[in-house]
Amino acid sequence: MLRHILSDDYPKSRILAAVLLAILIGLIFAPFLFPGAAALNTAAKICVFIVLVASYDLLLGYTGIVSFAHTMFYGIGSYGVGLSLYFVAPSWAMIAFGLAVALILAAVLAVVIGLLSLRVKAIFFAMITLAVATAVGLLVTQFSEWTGGEDGKTYRVPEALRPGFRLMEEPLFGVTVNGRILTYYIVCLSALALFLLTLRIVNAPFGRVLQAIRENDKRAEALGYRVVLYRTSANVLAACLAAAAGALNALWLRYVGPDASLSFAIMLDLLLMVVIGGMGTLYGAVIGATLFIVAQNYLQRLMGLASEATAGIPLLPNLLHPDRWLLFLGVLFVLSVYFFPQGIVGRLRQRRRGGG
Amino acid sequence: MTDTTAAPEPTVPKPKVDALPLLIPVVMAVAALPLIGSTSTWITLTVAALAMGMMIFVIASGLTLVFGLMDVLNFGHGAFIAIGAYVAWAVLVPLAGWTRVEDPLWNIAALSIAVLAAMAVTGALGLVFERVIIQPVYGQHLKQILITMGGLIVAEQMLHVIFGGDQKAMPLPAGLRGAFVFGDVALERYRLIAVAVGLAVFVAMLLVLNRTKIGLLIRAGVENTEMVEALGYRVKRLFLGVFLAGSALAGLGGVLWALYRETLTATIGADIMVLVFIVIIIGGLGSVGGCFLGAILVALMANYTAFLAPKVALASNILLMVLILLWRPQGLYPVAKR
Repeated sequence: MLRHILSDDYPKSRILAAVLLAILIGLIFAPFLFPGAAALNTAAKICVFIVLVASYDLLLGYTGIVSFAHTMFYGIGSYGVGLSLYFVAPSWAMIAFGLAVALILAAVLAVVIGLLSLRVKAIFFAMITLAVATAVGLLVTQFSEWTGGEDGKTYRVPEALRPGFRLMEEPLFGVTVNGRILTYYIVCLSALALFLLTLRIVNAPFGRVLQAIRENDKRAEALGYRVVLYRTSANVLAACLAAAAGALNALWLRYVGPDASLSFAIMLDLLLMVVIGGMGTLYGAVIGATLFIVAQNYLQRLMGLASEATAGIPLLPNLLHPDRWLLFLGVLFVLSVYFFPQGIVGRLRQRRRGGG
Repeated sequence: MTDTTAAPEPTVPKPKVDALPLLIPVVMAVAALPLIGSTSTWITLTVAALAMGMMIFVIASGLTLVFGLMDVLNFGHGAFIAIGAYVAWAVLVPLAGWTRVEDPLWNIAALSIAVLAAMAVTGALGLVFERVIIQPVYGQHLKQILITMGGLIVAEQMLHVIFGGDQKAMPLPAGLRGAFVFGDVALERYRLIAVAVGLAVFVAMLLVLNRTKIGLLIRAGVENTEMVEALGYRVKRLFLGVFLAGSALAGLGGVLWALYRETLTATIGADIMVLVFIVIIIGGLGSVGGCFLGAILVALMANYTAFLAPKVALASNILLMVLILLWRPQGLYPVAKR
């Protein structure tokens, strides 16, 4: 049974399995284990980013395509659902409609971008996706009557998902089961389903071909697999998964805006999560996303305290200022690419193979 | 008795000059004239475009040579732009006396010092960057992209730490402000200076590449690095030298760009990198002439659309890139055979 659910892709390391189990339990029972709005926010963000990072790992880790357009698809998913809820009506039908539109748009864009890679080399592809993503980001902020520009749009969600809604009159284990908890479970369970779907995709023959293409695309072509088709399909799948993650994000935040959904900062965060977690292993997405988001929230507070404590010394408070979070992450990133090329998951699996 | 007059030496056939792409900017400029309407605005826009194009060329030329020669895609190039601009800003602060004077000679002296300082610092940092960050990942494109991006993040954040995150003002020196007015047309002095500097860099690069031995080695290395190494030349030294030159040029470009915008933030490099990438893709990786042409095209497109349809300015450049790639998938003048 477990074999089928995990698509025969076991963690292959006891420590990794323990950590993954802990994360799973933590996320599923988050409203009861970590009461409070902030903690629930963190948990929801982790769920959304697990799907987003997993979809990026499908592209980067399994197929070897560096694409900087991934947050664009995430943004399309967010804006699709958000704008449908805003402009038409806060109803379940509009959520479905927004999601469908976003998925179709993401797929079409992914096909167009993928076909462009027919005629250009891999390096060009990375630069082109960077340019396209920047342009789309600019377009979104420019057409502010439709998209709310820099400020974004807030909107209402269906009745059952609002904080005022009560599923049960009595609190369950000390927590009032309201619309937010319901939304959290929709987000969490959808994220779990999407992650298992991605696991299924990479462990299917399709996923094996992607890995072959990553290792040696000329050989894959010689063996008879049309590399362009597989690359484009990987692009489309990753884009649709990212759009789905964006839709979940829009549902949870009840807000869409360039900073929350489209900025290049999110792209950098994604890269960091994938590399630190472990490229080419979907479990790396889980570890990387959890580690990153928890650290981002709680480490920044620590840094703030440290910065205030060292106020007298010349350069140090600047160095420890919570906004400089990205500096240490950048250093960690560079070190990871050198010393940890397989990321945390790769290291854990190596230990198991070497020692156990 | 044999005839002792020698048969005429067979001459090496002259390579055909590929002039078709040179027509594109001309066509664009001519097509824009009726769309814009007034000739004076058109002249102003075109001169502004040439100035911007020169600055982008200065920045992009280093990047394209580094890729052509070393097969290294340096996503961290934007860091050198920002570092160069900040160093120049820091140098100009004590030289404020020289820049407030209306005399252009003092101004240019101050700017020259700032530029030399910026180029020295970025060149030195470029060396460090190459040894520490890039050398371990020669040949692995994926890791190069990731690591140089990481280097970019770290460099930008360090600029924040050292200089603070606020927007700095970098005013043009007093003697270089203003414009030459010819009837209806106003040509800003600084833009003409930028064009002059850009052209000087281009001519210098062409001279070095075509008339010196080092240039010959570089061009040969771009076409076939292993062969140059097999012939006994120390290719690693060449790499270092080109990377140093590329970073120094990025620093120069950063100073020019910061003076053009008259403001300065840590992201000044990353903002312009998108245009730089479009330029080197259009021009062809490894080709300085292609880079020059690409820079002019991109700048013309950016300035004309900024006037005609500002909302789609960047998107129009992407459209230009796509169209050129559909025509010539390797860029206009591809050199590097990778």
